Amino acid sequence: TMTDHKTSKEQKYDRQLRLWGDHGQEALENAHVCLINATATGTEILKNLVLPGIGSFTIVDGHKVSGEDVGNNFFLTSSSIGKNRAQAATELLQELNGDVSGNFVEESPDKLLDNSPEFFHRFSLVIGVQLPESTYLRLGSVLWEAGVPFLICRTYGLIGYMRLIVKEHTVVESHPDNALEDLRLDQPFTELKHHVECYDLDNMEKKHNSQLPKNYKEKEAFRQLIRAGILTNENGTPEDEENFEEAIKNVNTALNPTKVPSGTEEIFNAEQCENITSQSPSFWVIAHGVRDFVRNEGNGNLPVRGTIPDMIADSDKFIKLQNVYRDKAMKDAAVVSKHVEALLQSVGKPPESTSEQEIKLFCKNAAFLRVVRCRSLAEEYSVDTFNKDEITSCMDSTDSEMVLYLMLRSIDRFYQQHSRYPGVYNYQVEEDINKLKLCVNSLLQEYSLNVNVKDDYIHEFCRYGAAEPHTVAAFLGGSAAQEAIKIITHQFVPFNNTFLYNAMSQTSATFQL
Amino acid sequence: MLRAGCSMAVEGCGIGDWEGRWSHVQKFLERTGPFTHPDFEPSEETLQFLLETCKILVIGAGGLGCELLKNLALSGFRHIHVVDMDIIDLSNLNRQFLFRSKDVGRPKADVAAEFINQCVPGCNVVPHFKKIQDFDASFYRQFHIIVCGLDSIIARRWINGMLLSLLSYEDGVLDPSSIIPLIDGGTEGFKGNARVILPGMTACIDCTLELYPPQITFPMCTIASMPRLPEHCIEYVRVLQWPKDKPFGDAVGLDGDNPEHVQWVFQESLKRAAEFNITGVTYRLTQGVVKRIIPAVASTNAVIAAACATELFKIATSAYIPLNNYLVFNDVDGLYTYTFEAELKDKCSACSQLPQKLQFPPSAKLQEVLEYLTENASLQMKSPAITATLEGKNKTLYLQTVASIEERTRPNLCKTLKELGLADGQELAVADVTTPQTVLFKLNFTSETCSIKHQSRQF
Repeated sequence: TMTDHKTSKEQKYDRQLRLWGDHGQEALENAHVCLINATATGTEILKNLVLPGIGSFTIVDGHKVSGEDVGNNFFLTSSSIGKNRAQAATELLQELNGDVSGNFVEESPDKLLDNSPEFFHRFSLVIGVQLPESTYLRLGSVLWEAGVPFLICRTYGLIGYMRLIVKEHTVVESHPDNALEDLRLDQPFTELKHHVECYDLDNMEKKHNSQLPKNYKEKEAFRQLIRAGILTNENGTPEDEENFEEAIKNVNTALNPTKVPSGTEEIFNAEQCENITSQSPSFWVIAHGVRDFVRNEGNGNLPVRGTIPDMIADSDKFIKLQNVYRDKAMKDAAVVSKHVEALLQSVGKPPESTSEQEIKLFCKNAAFLRVVRCRSLAEEYSVDTFNKDEITSCMDSTDSEMVLYLMLRSIDRFYQQHSRYPGVYNYQVEEDINKLKLCVNSLLQEYSLNVNVKDDYIHEFCRYGAAEPHTVAAFLGGSAAQEAIKIITHQFVPFNNTFLYNAMSQTSATFQL
Repeated sequence: MLRAGCSMAVEGCGIGDWEGRWSHVQKFLERTGPFTHPDFEPSEETLQFLLETCKILVIGAGGLGCELLKNLALSGFRHIHVVDMDIIDLSNLNRQFLFRSKDVGRPKADVAAEFINQCVPGCNVVPHFKKIQDFDASFYRQFHIIVCGLDSIIARRWINGMLLSLLSYEDGVLDPSSIIPLIDGGTEGFKGNARVILPGMTACIDCTLELYPPQITFPMCTIASMPRLPEHCIEYVRVLQWPKDKPFGDAVGLDGDNPEHVQWVFQESLKRAAEFNITGVTYRLTQGVVKRIIPAVASTNAVIAAACATELFKIATSAYIPLNNYLVFNDVDGLYTYTFEAELKDKCSACSQLPQKLQFPPSAKLQEVLEYLTENASLQMKSPAITATLEGKNKTLYLQTVASIEERTRPNLCKTLKELGLADGQELAVADVTTPQTVLFKLNFTSETCSIKHQSRQF
């Protein structure tokens, strides 16, 4: 806008608006997140959602505040000992940001699941913290059916764990770190061809059958070709020609062959893209439209992206070149729009169902589209469908983070059997080691896992005594909050689907289980 | 007030404590375990050490600093000093959670300390609304561990140099009691890193200077006559037009925090852009370029500060072997961490204790030496002041940071080293903001035919 009157909200959120834009912020402000259990891990996650301005949150927690709770939780004070934890935490979290509205429900999630599971349907995302297995499996099933994303987090001693469950999460703006440019040098569109014909470009086409230089030898030869174009002065010394130097430096990256990336190809071939109905989300409708473009007007290529990197040139020539790409991108997007319009009509949806802006954004990001599909908890836990290969191959290295996953599963078993976690009190540590080992073995047996879980880990997990040290909770708090923001804004790419953090070694791993 | 601290003494606990307060921490201090540090011995005294004796310095009370103070306070640390030279700005509030809108304009260190002291009973954070350079060795020497949440490489190098200067050697052997561990965290958008430095023993900040990406600067010819991007137009107004137009008065410099200044730059940048048919100049972009704004969110700061605090806890308690020694984090696509051991650089100008060499022919101009000091990737000095002992007297050859001395010594830049009276093997003392102590260089004259060409282009 020409006159930018900055509201105080814009100023407050300035540093994050530069990452996810006003539209990302809007999505955040329209979201309602549910946190189950206001332990340190939970409140740290919520803090990192309240600060950036999540629309609203609801804490579900049936526990009373204990002295231990206050010790590691920044959002509980000793004056709240004995009071309901959901309420106590809500007050102090709410105080962080007046733009956010906080609610609490003094109830255990199990009770809510018993009496009114549809309570959870209203949320953009449910975050379950420090939950026993039976609870998170029940919740997982309800949320899976309802299509509500579910993020499970736990801090157990020096170990952090996250599990994301979302059936299908589409991302248009993945913001890749290292994206190749879309220059179409190998398949120049008509307008680009006409534009460069003004310049005196040599005929490399004839020598290499219109192929781009492929290997190092060919690229070197190409660089020599460019070098030969550098003017020399009277003494035969090459002039200092920055633009030629820049070209030589960029040979590797500028000469990537134009094609539809495999990720985008997969999206085009997906069932959701093929079969558009009146229920189809706009992501798939537009994807189908782009696919139609690729197969017709695009001649096998995506709509032109329209952006070019800065390069050494005088202003006029650069702007003209930039406009060639911009205009083509606009033209291509308009054609995609026509396809989308026809598609919408064919399934009886009004043309306003997708906006011009949406389609333009989609086209610009066509090479970076991502779809994340997480397996359900049921699939992860069933003896028939659990990911045996992944677990077994990771455990070839006995200190892989996978052992931490197996230990957490064993801890859950222990809790099921003994209604408590191992080693909470000093006197329990020794005897619980053997009890926990039995749980580990029964787990491995049930899943026919022929892997070695070292005794050291069993001892260590007893030692933890279900402690939730603040610094580990805080690490998870930051990690989980950002994943939640990715789910809500549909920007950047969420993990898929199990994340383990080891604070002893400061290492982490992501598994797809 | 919501957070009225509770100072109810519970039987068996100290003042301000309650039953179970430190139970999450105690499990790591009072129980044996298979992965503990070889030096670790379970004891109830370690917690007492944290609560009563251990002294920590937190440098920076911003995005990382607020998180660090909270993390340390909830891990048992009670004697904490915090240094920050900044005051609170509205744009801090999306992540610096110890501040509220009513605090805007107040010193960060003061408000942060107040908040923690009020909310974590027993914790005593001492604030210092100062620059780190305002303190000397005697101040830094009192701390067991120092943790940084800085936003400047210069500041990092400075504190790095300060801790190196505290090291004492006996017969060439480093005295371990003179080592103050330095934990350093940094974040930018969705990326961050945390590292553990044991001065004199492990890689220091300067050992890995090449890891820091060079700042983006645009060539002057682009800005002056060939702009192509909206950023070029903004830089033109900032660098060339403002000093010429002096829109707010003769001696008034451009202040990125003054919305009127930024608005002026924005309007002029639009005009400049219109001349060249460049689109994309916005107020937000203008402010970003003028202030060199780095995007920031709460989550990344939370992660990195947490990792730093975990390491600090390990070092203070010997509970576990600390990170050795560098962690990188990125959550743009899933979550990615990478841990590696940054290596000591053999000839590090900060920590190697080897005399640094300068190799130039006697016909080289002082200007060339200056350029080398600023442009060499391992030195990256900002505005070095060069002095030498000539005829028994300490002579300043060139100094930039004081206008009158700069003017007086400027002619020396065009003189050759020989003309300045410098001899082969001569020692030059160089002072710079990047280090608290002068760096000594030994000047070696090379033969006349060998010349070192300096690449001075930055893009």
